[in-house]
Amino acid sequence: MANLTLVQAINLALVQEMEKDDRVILLGEDVGLNGGVFRVTEGLHKRFGGNRVVDTPLAESGIIGTSIGLAMNGLRPVPEIQFEGFLGPAYDQLCSHAARMRSRTRSAFTVPLTVRVPVGGGIHAPELHSDSPEAIYAHTPGIKVVMPASPYDAKGLLIASIRDPDPVIFFEPKRIYRAFREDVPEDEYTIPIGKARVVCEGEEMTMVSWGASVVQCMQAIEASNRSIELIDLRTIFPMDIDTVTASVKKTGRVVIVHEAPKTAGFGAEIATRITEECFLHLEAPPQRVTGFDTTMPYYKLELEYMPDAQRIAKAIEETAAY
Amino acid sequence: MTRTLPVSDAGSTRPNAVPAKAGTSRRGLAEQLPAETLVGWLRDMMLIREFEVRTMQAYQDKKIGGFCHVYIGQEAVAVGCTAAAAPTDPMVTAYRDHGHALARGMDPRHCMAEMFGRIGGCAKGKGGSMHMFDKAHHLYGGHGIVGAQTPLGAGLAFATKYWDEVVNGGRSRSVTLCFLGDGALNQGAFHEAMNLAGLMNLPVIYVVENNGYSMGTAIGRGTTMAHDLSVKAAAYGIEAVVVDGMDVLAVYDGMKPLVDWCREECRPAFVDMRTYRYKGHSMSDPRKYRTRDEEERFESEDPIDRLVGHLERRKALDKESLAELNRDVKQQVRDSVKWAEASPPPPIEELFTDVYVDEWGPYRGTSLPEMLREDAGDAGSGKQ
Ligand SMILES: Cc1ncc(C[n+]2csc(CCOP(=O)(O)OP(=O)(O)O)c2C)c(N)n1
Ligand SMILES: [Mg+2]
Repeated sequence: MANLTLVQAINLALVQEMEKDDRVILLGEDVGLNGGVFRVTEGLHKRFGGNRVVDTPLAESGIIGTSIGLAMNGLRPVPEIQFEGFLGPAYDQLCSHAARMRSRTRSAFTVPLTVRVPVGGGIHAPELHSDSPEAIYAHTPGIKVVMPASPYDAKGLLIASIRDPDPVIFFEPKRIYRAFREDVPEDEYTIPIGKARVVCEGEEMTMVSWGASVVQCMQAIEASNRSIELIDLRTIFPMDIDTVTASVKKTGRVVIVHEAPKTAGFGAEIATRITEECFLHLEAPPQRVTGFDTTMPYYKLELEYMPDAQRIAKAIEETAAY
Repeated sequence: MTRTLPVSDAGSTRPNAVPAKAGTSRRGLAEQLPAETLVGWLRDMMLIREFEVRTMQAYQDKKIGGFCHVYIGQEAVAVGCTAAAAPTDPMVTAYRDHGHALARGMDPRHCMAEMFGRIGGCAKGKGGSMHMFDKAHHLYGGHGIVGAQTPLGAGLAFATKYWDEVVNGGRSRSVTLCFLGDGALNQGAFHEAMNLAGLMNLPVIYVVENNGYSMGTAIGRGTTMAHDLSVKAAAYGIEAVVVDGMDVLAVYDGMKPLVDWCREECRPAFVDMRTYRYKGHSMSDPRKYRTRDEEERFESEDPIDRLVGHLERRKALDKESLAELNRDVKQQVRDSVKWAEASPPPPIEELFTDVYVDEWGPYRGTSLPEMLREDAGDAGSGKQ
């Protein structure tokens, strides 16, 4: 066991997969000599050399497009995009090509690609460095969307993503990159994609969240003195709806928490699935605590934008009292 | 609107692959200007330098959040280019934008307040360091996505040409200055913009502030033909010039004839502006990718020192007036910090404004979005 931050857990996962499998290569802006903007790939260039840890020009479309070619021709590229806001220039390659290649070629060609992307707010960054676009990619058939909320999960999910035969966007919540440590096995292990984690069990109400918001949920639950079951989705798509509905059938109440804007956020999908599958079990309408339908603001308003323990507490009380 | 847009048949009437000779640098042009003009440039450069020094301090004191990219070392570029253009010529740049804003005439108080995240900022304190916009001074930003401003530059130029030629039936009169870093040369958007500008004869000048690095990537590790960027422009039928961006006189000498040519001929141009950023890429950059020797070499040809030297040789500046200038800009910047600190943070309702034409966007409400009112049941906390 090692006591690691999320950044260190990801670094360890990369080292182990690269040691084991020559097909795994990293590429991106300043990922090599500089170790990446968040220092996630620190030390890897020295260890594996410039052929496997490739510093690229500043060109996201090129990085992702090239990675698709690499993946179609037998490699397992793990490109890094520095911030989720820079997925914009790469959107076409991701959604028009990576996502559709299997379908377009009737499975003759596949794209085993893992795009690592820091995501979300909370670090005082401006717009385009604080967004939560997971729903956009969950809405794109052919792409899997993963977002760990702890160091242990980060390592196991990243290894699973790299080994997955389909393209995965691996969102890394930058707010908790170094926020806490956790015991992480030094041996390699995987956590299956598409499987949620029950963070704590409870009877009164279910709470569903993912990424850095899970930490806020834990705080709110602790402060509430109520028996609340917290589910960390871990994979946004394909989502583990069974774990969610099993819990809601037990509790009859649910609060969904995410940082992304409310309208057409992934919480909307979860609420709908719950309504479809647990209608007769519901004691209260599913409630959402989310970011707002506005552009992520600069830091003085950032904390107002993101769901915090206080806003979650309010939703808990309203749902309980319904 | 009766005339058709001349750009539509540009390809057939003007062979793009063979550009007319662009205005070549005229050494000594700046020296012929009145000394007061050059002293004004000196003041602008000193103001930017002092502003950035205080910006770095404020960032370290955690008064500025987000990311912060300072312009120290590159002052001659924004000041010289601004001097060579007309005040109404559109200007657009990337995220290293404080220098352009100040050179263009933005009140330093508004610039500082923006970084402090205060309502008095040029973007209401809702944007930060990368969001310098000044409509009155024809500064179109301040954009955080590398390279994204380059097609905007083409569009701004397309628009001035359209207004001048098609709507008003006259001659194209404006030149757009579009600044970019050397890292932006590698973005697809830049190449699309250059092709469009070349094809449509748009009056836009792409000024590459070539400071040798894109974050930790030296230009030669990031782009082909780094030693001769003009070939990139040649591929799009666009004239290119190389200018010494560490000397404001050279910047003016290079840019003035080019701007005039661009205006006269209504054609695009490309400038490889050789400069250097003294500090790290952003505030948290240990600069391991370059040597202190190299930094000192550039710092020894400091653009401010060089202009001071020139003015002293011309006897247009003595120690006393230099000291006075210094005091003056220090005072102005101190004042801007004070002003920024006194400006309140944006109230929570600013979270909802400026997204759509309707004040609260998709939210309902009269004086406040419904969700922020105490009696409303929705998620808003209402706290300030
Ligand atoms: C599309 C996109 N990719 C990456 C970044 C992150 N980033 C910000 S500045 C920068 C380097 C840009 O270098 P250059 O264009 O030379 O400008 P300079 O910083 O030297 O002024 C990078 C990689 C970004 N803002 N946008
Ligand atoms: Mg640069």
